[in-house]
Amino acid sequence: MWKGDYLFLLQNLVVKDFKIRYRNMSLGVFWSLLNPLVMMSALTFVFTAVFPNNQIENFPIFVLCGLVPFNFFTVAWQNGTISVANNAGLIKRVPVPREIVPIATVLSTCVHLGIQIGLLLVMVLVFGRGLNWNWLWLPVVWGVEILFVCGLTLMTSALDVYIRDVRYVVESACTLLFWMVPVFYAIHSVPQSYANIYQFNPLSALILALRTILIDGAAPSSTLLLKLTFSSTLVFALGLYVFHRLKRQFFDYL
Amino acid sequence: MKVIELKNVNKTFHRSGGQKLLRHYLEDILGKTDPEQFFALKDVSFSIRDGESVAVIGANGAGKSTLLSLVTQLVPPSTGTLDVRGRTAALLDLGSGFHPDLTGRENILLNASLLGFSRKQAHDLYDSIVEFSELDDFIKEPLRTYSNGMMLRLAFSVAVNLDPEILIIDEVLAVGDQKFQAKCTEKIFEIRNQGRTILCVSHVSPTLQLLCERALWLDHGQLVMDGPIGEVAAAYEGRLTRQG
Repeated sequence: MWKGDYLFLLQNLVVKDFKIRYRNMSLGVFWSLLNPLVMMSALTFVFTAVFPNNQIENFPIFVLCGLVPFNFFTVAWQNGTISVANNAGLIKRVPVPREIVPIATVLSTCVHLGIQIGLLLVMVLVFGRGLNWNWLWLPVVWGVEILFVCGLTLMTSALDVYIRDVRYVVESACTLLFWMVPVFYAIHSVPQSYANIYQFNPLSALILALRTILIDGAAPSSTLLLKLTFSSTLVFALGLYVFHRLKRQFFDYL
Repeated sequence: MKVIELKNVNKTFHRSGGQKLLRHYLEDILGKTDPEQFFALKDVSFSIRDGESVAVIGANGAGKSTLLSLVTQLVPPSTGTLDVRGRTAALLDLGSGFHPDLTGRENILLNASLLGFSRKQAHDLYDSIVEFSELDDFIKEPLRTYSNGMMLRLAFSVAVNLDPEILIIDEVLAVGDQKFQAKCTEKIFEIRNQGRTILCVSHVSPTLQLLCERALWLDHGQLVMDGPIGEVAAAYEGRLTRQG
């Protein structure tokens, strides 16, 4: 068994991923800001000029509250899914606990996420409601979301080792999710019978919570928080279990 | 004390292993390919005591690398039991944890953490690793600016300076120029003389016969001979000349 320093290893792996990504970009961190701003502008144009009757106030902030979590989710999930297969060299030669590879990949996306959350908060301060005490809920809802993505990634990264098609399924699922989570529409436009199901999707729940906190300046409802925590914890536990079951045979399939 | 113990270990691989797409599974189910298995190791039993230095010899494909993967616990045996006590450091594929875009310093810390070292231990050992590698100012440069020899020197320095309890060497005694090679050999002897356990896979050479007292001879996944290195090496070379 590997009896090392988990935190030190995790930190080194996260720093590695982050440095590799940004050292190869001439504008570095700027790209993290550019993508959500361009998407925000495009969606705002479509839903305020092309379809002008959406009745959503402050649409740019509204849509940015959807884009930032959605971007984080898709980038973390897709990179995480291929992380085990792509680190075959490491997995086949160093007896590190395998779980750490996908988790480190997800966490390295959090650096990128931090920059985008910074952008979102600045936009809210400048164009929106400004600071209020309910902002203290932000670390809670984001923490639960990261737990969710880690769980999902543990599952798909292990499956991807056995069947390389899993990464393409994940890619397609992400494209589909853009429409199936309320990124550019409000939850009250969704018929009531479907809206309850939306809250069980941790990504939708996070977007709803962000809007409540940042746009309405209120605390997220307790049922929403419960559903978010419940489904995230469940997915994480399931992810650990699946990964644990599958990791013994990784060596043979890499 | 026994630090490594194998009892009736078998390791089988599927011939159709490796990367798979969905259609490969469909083909398996539809019976287009038969999932043939082969034994990489067959009924291998031996134990190594604390402080022993043991060589593993054999032709290519005899199961040497599989044996090392088992001992470093990268892969579980198919059947049989395997027991390893103590922290192993493997000089398997040198620098497998290295990344070309990271600097020498970052790679040292990353590799140390991969091998199981705490932050404090890694920082304490950092200076001696840099000094041993003779890389000086290059340590602040990204690895892709290094020559092949420099990279091997760095990888070797990390592995031997991290004070492993069991050192596993896989045909890497030829590192860098002759001067550095001599230094590496000396370092390995020093580790052995400190009473550490050494498991070494290599071609039979005078250095190997000096380093190890005992040898295991693997042939087609089976342990053919286990004894003092002089006798095993003689028998192995005798077999080779008879075949040749």
